[in-house]
Amino acid sequence: MTVVRHGFLGALSPGHRKRLATFGHDVSFPGGTRIFDEDGVADRFWIIRSGLVALDVHVPGRREAVLETLGEGDLLGWSWLFEPYRWHLGAQARSTVSAFEFDAERVRAACEEDPSFGLALTNCVAQVIARRLKSTRIRLLDLYGPSDAGES
Amino acid sequence: MTAAAPLTARPGAAPVPYRVAEREAETPDTATIVLEPVRSALQPFAPGQFAMVYAFGVGDIPLSVSGIDGRRLTHTVRTVGAVSGALNGLRRGDTVGVRGPFGTDWELPAAAGKDLLVVAGGIGLAPLRPLVRDALAAPERYGRLNVLIGARTPHELLYTGDVRGWQSAARILTTVDRADPPWQGEVGVVTTLLDRAAFSPGASAAFICGPEPMIRAAAGELVHRGVDPEQIRVSLERNVHCATGHCGHCQLGPLLLCRDGPVISWTKAQPLLMVREL
Repeated sequence: MTVVRHGFLGALSPGHRKRLATFGHDVSFPGGTRIFDEDGVADRFWIIRSGLVALDVHVPGRREAVLETLGEGDLLGWSWLFEPYRWHLGAQARSTVSAFEFDAERVRAACEEDPSFGLALTNCVAQVIARRLKSTRIRLLDLYGPSDAGES
Repeated sequence: MTAAAPLTARPGAAPVPYRVAEREAETPDTATIVLEPVRSALQPFAPGQFAMVYAFGVGDIPLSVSGIDGRRLTHTVRTVGAVSGALNGLRRGDTVGVRGPFGTDWELPAAAGKDLLVVAGGIGLAPLRPLVRDALAAPERYGRLNVLIGARTPHELLYTGDVRGWQSAARILTTVDRADPPWQGEVGVVTTLLDRAAFSPGASAAFICGPEPMIRAAAGELVHRGVDPEQIRVSLERNVHCATGHCGHCQLGPLLLCRDGPVISWTKAQPLLMVREL
């Protein structure tokens, strides 16, 4: 398996990417597949090779609300790295999704065993979280609302 | 003006009467109107430039051209106040006054040979639409064309028919901030679409229009990925009143955006957009 070099793993050294690859395998999800549910055990994570995945939140009495979509090169799932290892959101394939799937428990153990690998991987995940936080904050501004540009 | 051009009027002169030839509702608060001159036409507009469009008895506002077709001008107007409301409510056959063309344009020909990144947020797609059409009309002149579109909701996406038509010749990526259940496309901020655009950063030119925080985020991300800031052109919006560089309402630092803008390079825009309350 060749782990993609772009996307969130771009900052990993070739050695660390190779090591990470030993914990993963190829998977495919047909469109509509529920990949994980909110509050479920975060025992895996994925790097998307192709297709689109919707991240959603459960709204009682209504359909899940889609908060964000992820595509090629994106990391799907970061709750596996932090206690209590439960998914914050749900995920569903919007189209056929091809991905690398990783065993989270084995990756966490490798992070414990090799702190330089653990630090590098944690940095990569932290960058993803920071980027998504920034995107969310920009969206909070509700930018596309009407602007009068001085019109009376 | 030469003697051979009696059918054009000077930009700063009195409004020239144009008649509404077509009107299409884009969203509940936004419409696209096609104007044709009643008699003489204004000088030709370039993509990125704007006109002052006068709703008789109400007032005038700056509107970018969202389409250029011979003597016809197309504008897309969203209701945010009295004048835009009046223009939005026009019907076929109604008459408006138009002055222009004003301001700088996208300078698309200067991007010959480069991959093109068009990044539009909300109604920011309006001034970019003629640029996309020009790029599609001359594919041999440019590299890969990417059009990245962000909107608040799927119902607020503009020019959906046009955009579908562009897909065969360009990479079109669309995202919305808030999705409803039928929407099967992407959800998120428009800058995330850059991950899926096809471009060589060192040989690309970008054209960005939308809310200023979006412009900052998109341009910043492009520079981070290696695009030359001088190859990024952005369209800024300020309070344009006279459009002739006299009243100063549209001042942004040392610039008067009606004259020195609205389209400027990111090299010029970036420091100005970092000044608080400017």
